[in-house]
Amino acid sequence: MFRSIKILRQHGIQYVPNLRTAELTSLFRGRPVLSGEVSAELATNLAKMCPSGAIQQAPFSIDMGKCIFCRECEFAAPDNIRFTNDYHIATNNRDNLIIKENHDNPIVLNPDLVRKEIRTLFRRSLKLRQVSAGGDASNEMELNAAGNVNFDMGRYGIEFVASPRHADGVVITGPITENMAEALQICFDATPKPSLVILCGTDAISGGLFQESNALNRNFLSRHPIDLYVPGNPVHPLTFINGVLDLIGRE
Amino acid sequence: MPMQDFSYIELSPGAAPIGLKTIPVLNYPDFAEQIAGLMKAETVHCVLYYAFPFNNGLKFIAILAVDATGKFLVFSHETTAGVTDLESITPQIPALHLFEREIHENFGIGFQHHPWLKPVRFSADRYQKDLTMNDYPFYRIDSEELHEVGVGPIHAGVIEPGHFRFICNGEKVLHLEIQLGYQHRGIEKLFLNAGSTLRRAVLSENIAGDTTVGHAVTHAQLIESLAGITINENLQKERAIALELERIAVHIGDTAALCTDVAYQFGQVVNEALRTTIINTSQLWCGNRFGKGLIRPGGTNYPLTVPVIESMLKTLDNTGMRYRDITDNIFTAPSILIRFDGIGTVTRSQALSIGAVGMAARMAGIPRDIRATHPSGYYAGIKYEPEIQDTGDVLARALIRNLEARKSIEMVKEWAAQLSPVTRHPSPIGSGVSAVGSKPSSFAMAVNEGWRGEIAHAAVTGPDGELVHYKIKDPSFHNWIALALAVRNQEISDFPICNKSFNLSYCGHDL
Ligand code: SF4
Repeated sequence: MFRSIKILRQHGIQYVPNLRTAELTSLFRGRPVLSGEVSAELATNLAKMCPSGAIQQAPFSIDMGKCIFCRECEFAAPDNIRFTNDYHIATNNRDNLIIKENHDNPIVLNPDLVRKEIRTLFRRSLKLRQVSAGGDASNEMELNAAGNVNFDMGRYGIEFVASPRHADGVVITGPITENMAEALQICFDATPKPSLVILCGTDAISGGLFQESNALNRNFLSRHPIDLYVPGNPVHPLTFINGVLDLIGRE
Repeated sequence: MPMQDFSYIELSPGAAPIGLKTIPVLNYPDFAEQIAGLMKAETVHCVLYYAFPFNNGLKFIAILAVDATGKFLVFSHETTAGVTDLESITPQIPALHLFEREIHENFGIGFQHHPWLKPVRFSADRYQKDLTMNDYPFYRIDSEELHEVGVGPIHAGVIEPGHFRFICNGEKVLHLEIQLGYQHRGIEKLFLNAGSTLRRAVLSENIAGDTTVGHAVTHAQLIESLAGITINENLQKERAIALELERIAVHIGDTAALCTDVAYQFGQVVNEALRTTIINTSQLWCGNRFGKGLIRPGGTNYPLTVPVIESMLKTLDNTGMRYRDITDNIFTAPSILIRFDGIGTVTRSQALSIGAVGMAARMAGIPRDIRATHPSGYYAGIKYEPEIQDTGDVLARALIRNLEARKSIEMVKEWAAQLSPVTRHPSPIGSGVSAVGSKPSSFAMAVNEGWRGEIAHAAVTGPDGELVHYKIKDPSFHNWIALALAVRNQEISDFPICNKSFNLSYCGHDL
């Protein structure tokens, strides 16, 4: 009994009060900023070095939908590339994930692209079914953390549910393997419509490191519109929560 | 075959690569007899047994670990094109069952008298391409009284996919068969075509996210061995700290998960918060909560700095104390103990026969811990005493986590306090497109004790020094069958707690 009271006191208050403005360590690798003049030679070398093909030479750019946030390009070209700790990097417009030179603006969601019914139906309550399709389980752990005592996204009525029948959409992690393609489709079909599709993590958005694997089947993505892209390797809980809040139109 | 006739090459942990030609090649009957003969001793177990295309045929490589000597024994067998049937070794040594299944799946070798020659993961390059996930041949019992329960591939929680097929008598599980492969993304092959050392290093961080450091360190050691790079003691120590932090975080997180499954919410939330303090320490160290980006062959971009060490020591002090308090609560509460004690038991002889490794061996009284038997890197210089339980049940697995987390917290505190912080020691690949060179026509391997158990990577290079084969083994590969055995004769409602108590990796198995 006394021990429990002691544990409770030490446990204290754990929740992050403001999920919109919480600050992460300066080393956290979020939105990159490209500055200065990058010579053609440097751009070529960086593009060749990038392990997931996220860097384009001309025009010089980093695609956060492909980037696995290893930060090696920054170590190689510290004068031109800097990863900030800005974790507000989810968007509904795939093109917004491509960071161009001298572009230091926040990543935003385009409200015009949001389907109307999403904000009317899901603003105050959003139940999601997660489908893991070939990731390394780190995204899954971060999505679980999004609901834990620290991040507590349940405060907004956002929750993961067991049955697709109870879900307002699916959250896909992993590059989508051939062996999981059918189960993903069955799961999505089982959700009542309208139903969201959220791609969570670099693997899901582009295939990431696995783009060239012959074990994938990403056809699902060409059959269904994508409502939200959440980059990361893995996605930080704050990135996910903020992206979803933006999508459903919460302050 | 008498003892002196055994023909193998003996390797020490962390040894330099050996010429592929120096690995003895045995004909199959001798090869099979040698594996079976050596593995009769319970202190010898199979680390890896696999095959790869070689000279128009296949080359089979067996790696056995001998606990008494701390060595690995490596030997091989070669087939010519067209060999499709071999006598299975599994009837004598059941621990080989999945290794033989993998060779069968990849190359169509028919292992005669294998009791259970089924697909492993339906890999993209499997021999029988016409078979798909839906063709998995589940064990069935025809009966009016029994019923089947199918769970998955998608599970209730936010976890990875796998299909569990139970055969039940009422509420009681008679049999469980686990079909995996949903997570298969062909990662081993990507190591070959990676094109750069950096790309391989990041791939190794994405084999199994909860073992990022374990796999990345193992890969880095292998690449260093091939390139002839030695790393300084400071960096070795930092890697050991990272490995132990990973172990602490997962064990605490799984303590929370075990509490969830017995509806002890207090234990769940407190342990979740404690786990957060550990993974946030990793984030403070390298910017990623799982340690992605921290481990690189030959160096690191994130040496431990004084502020990080200070914060780490403070966190470990506080978290260690709070973890002791909450687990003292857990392990003295009769309402919890009754849900752990005697549930999901795997006996010592079962664990031995399936070749269980790591935690799944230690919970059943088998002292298998690479840190003690085959230490490399920083562990080679310390004496680690493994934590052993002998009841083989959920309680034993929960206690192992508790004791290991406590022990690792103390070890990291000690190591970090003595660490002389150094300036950046960047990896030779940090800046580079250029791959580090590697020894031609060689075989190299590395083994480490991750939080689940032993992680093994093995590579073969061609005449030009390029990788021609890369093999990855996550400890889950050995241990999934332990879960299937644990739930036999249990209430099906105890399945979740049995599953959590092992917390095996799907992606680590599926590759
Ligand atoms: S941080 Fe992103 S863009 Fe830079 S090298 Fe790594 S994957 Fe490529």
